[in-house]
Amino acid sequence: MQVPKWFKVALAAAGFLALGVPAAAQGVTVTISCGSVGKGYNFCKEGAEAWAKRTGNKVRVLASPKSTTDRLALYQQQLAAGSSEVDVYMIDVIWPGILGEFFVDLNQYIDPKVKSEFFPALIKANTVDGRLVGLPWFTDAGILYYRTDLLKKYGFAGPPKTWDELKAMAAKIQAGERKSNPKFWGFVWQGAPYEGLTCDALEWIYSYGGGTIVDAQGNITVNNPKAAAALKMAKSWVNTISPPGVLAYMEEDARGVWQAGNAAFMRNWPYAYALGNSPESPIKGKFDVTVLPKASTPDGRHAATLGGWQLAVSRFSKHKKEAVSLVLYLTGFNEQKRRAIYGTYLPTRPALYQDPDVLAAAPFMGRLYDVFVNAVPRPSAQTKKKYNQVSSAFWTAVHSVLEGKATAEMALSQLAMRLERIKGPGW
Amino acid sequence: MAQRLSLSARRARIAWAFLAPAVLVLLAVAAYPLFRTFQLSLFRANLLDYPLRPEWVGLANYAYMVRDLYWWTSVKNTVIFTVASVGLETVLGLGIALLVNARFPLRGAMRTAMLIPWAIPTVVSAQMWRWMYNDVYGVVNDLLLRAHLIAKPLAWLADPHLVLPAIIAVDVWKTTPFMALLLLAGLQSIPEELYEASRVDGASGAQQFWFITLPLLVPALLVALIFRTLDALRVFDVIYVMSGVNPSTMSMSVYARQQLVDFGDLGYGSALSTGIFFIIALFVVLYLSVLRVEVD
Repeated sequence: MQVPKWFKVALAAAGFLALGVPAAAQGVTVTISCGSVGKGYNFCKEGAEAWAKRTGNKVRVLASPKSTTDRLALYQQQLAAGSSEVDVYMIDVIWPGILGEFFVDLNQYIDPKVKSEFFPALIKANTVDGRLVGLPWFTDAGILYYRTDLLKKYGFAGPPKTWDELKAMAAKIQAGERKSNPKFWGFVWQGAPYEGLTCDALEWIYSYGGGTIVDAQGNITVNNPKAAAALKMAKSWVNTISPPGVLAYMEEDARGVWQAGNAAFMRNWPYAYALGNSPESPIKGKFDVTVLPKASTPDGRHAATLGGWQLAVSRFSKHKKEAVSLVLYLTGFNEQKRRAIYGTYLPTRPALYQDPDVLAAAPFMGRLYDVFVNAVPRPSAQTKKKYNQVSSAFWTAVHSVLEGKATAEMALSQLAMRLERIKGPGW
Repeated sequence: MAQRLSLSARRARIAWAFLAPAVLVLLAVAAYPLFRTFQLSLFRANLLDYPLRPEWVGLANYAYMVRDLYWWTSVKNTVIFTVASVGLETVLGLGIALLVNARFPLRGAMRTAMLIPWAIPTVVSAQMWRWMYNDVYGVVNDLLLRAHLIAKPLAWLADPHLVLPAIIAVDVWKTTPFMALLLLAGLQSIPEELYEASRVDGASGAQQFWFITLPLLVPALLVALIFRTLDALRVFDVIYVMSGVNPSTMSMSVYARQQLVDFGDLGYGSALSTGIFFIIALFVVLYLSVLRVEVD
């Protein structure tokens, strides 16, 4: 049947009038700053646009630097200048103590019932002096990626349980694969001097029973033999099972080597799971994830650094109500479910870990639930605004050990002295 | 009598009137920020406090600075970077300037093409070099391996012995054209007759270079050196993009930025900035005293 052209035009015009115009007339523009690691920006944009369509508002999505450290620097500048440019900030789990004063208290905007739908530990991490400064969007924990096909090929029954096993397996696979692929390495991780190294090194030290740099009471505990043993172990990987360049790798550098099929093991966050299984990935279906290895010593234990991102509303925002509405939508059950299924972002709502659709898309979420719930937090709650200085001193010390510029013992005793100065009379 | 006095007074007044805009601009864009930075360096203040709560600490920030090993490491790195990069750039720039000063076909095109590295923003070229230096997929290792100059890939940006030289190489690549351009202008100001006369006297090419070109190029060379040295002493972008805040490479500016921006430590960061100012001022005084000797 032929439809006259004028009819189509009229239809389009009617549609425009019915949908576009009234929405634009009453909506406001809310600006959200999202991360850009992996597909983070696209997921954020899709979610924010779905909210905009539903509420008749508009969103502007800003990309931010890949490096967490650079992102924090940018946010600090914007917030300290009192800028109302950005309404909703995506903040790292270690930032509530640092930036908290610049965000609104969400307790005043949301129903207390909503709070109880999230993991209590994450709500606690977002509460500073009784103020709820952010809502958890996705949580993160360091996990071990391993190539199932290569493990089988070299006769290993399962992934390594201890660091020693990991080193032996990585060395064997690397030696074998090198014959056909000179670029092949056993294990890649994050070794550049930045926040990511703090996360990796905390896992090594904690898995040796060496504590969390600064304990819950605020005492500096990092200068101990177990921590030194952990750093020595990591140092022994460089240039044996890990490329020398790993000392300049961040998350995406490690993933670059891993996803091209050039590594047997990788330490990374869960976001790399969905990317590794994307249709164009050379290692699609050839890998799995598990908990990171523990030390072979009697008090060795598995450890995963707690990561994750929250959404917070700037106190300088001109559209606080709409901004809170966007935060509630993005952290809501349905949006988190979408992100869990298509992006393997770990939900912050316990209910989603029992959702059959989520478990079908990312079976490891059910299997590693305990790892995620018991992840080790970095000492940001104790060290508050000085966390950044603590972390920077820590990763600098660790990096100097990995580079071979200092012994583990020397670096840790100097680190303890530096931390004492940063601490001063109190955190 | 009265007329003459008022004449000189009037001339002074006119002179001041002409100077005033320049003085005002200098006060606004140089003296005031400098004064504020110095003022802040006497306080303990954190950018992360809302609202700001500055606290007077006197010279405590400076007292710590003197004992701060990272600060002295950054000073050392900056001086190594400056001496190595400016030295190499001067030698290479002089060579290139002599080359493009000769007459040959397509000289104009050559002079333009030579400026390309200088025209690319540093952040962009540094990122480009970061990829080229990558230990697993970088083109630098690939070429060196093919040429059998190295036996296995080098981790340019991770090896503490290689990373500063690698960054200096990028700076030399980028800034040599600028040096060459300044020196080319100096070369072109040397009168052709001097060379003609020396040829009549039977001077060789080398003698011409040592006794005519080089002495007459000294003023241009010194100007170029001052420019480049002061620029290199406040280097930030190429180092920050290529290796972040890493004690093996960080310059004074990279370290000061970390304190100011990452830690929000306005007081100590300002003290470091004041320190950078004085170190650069020291170099200026050194150069100026050398220049004065030359002028006399």
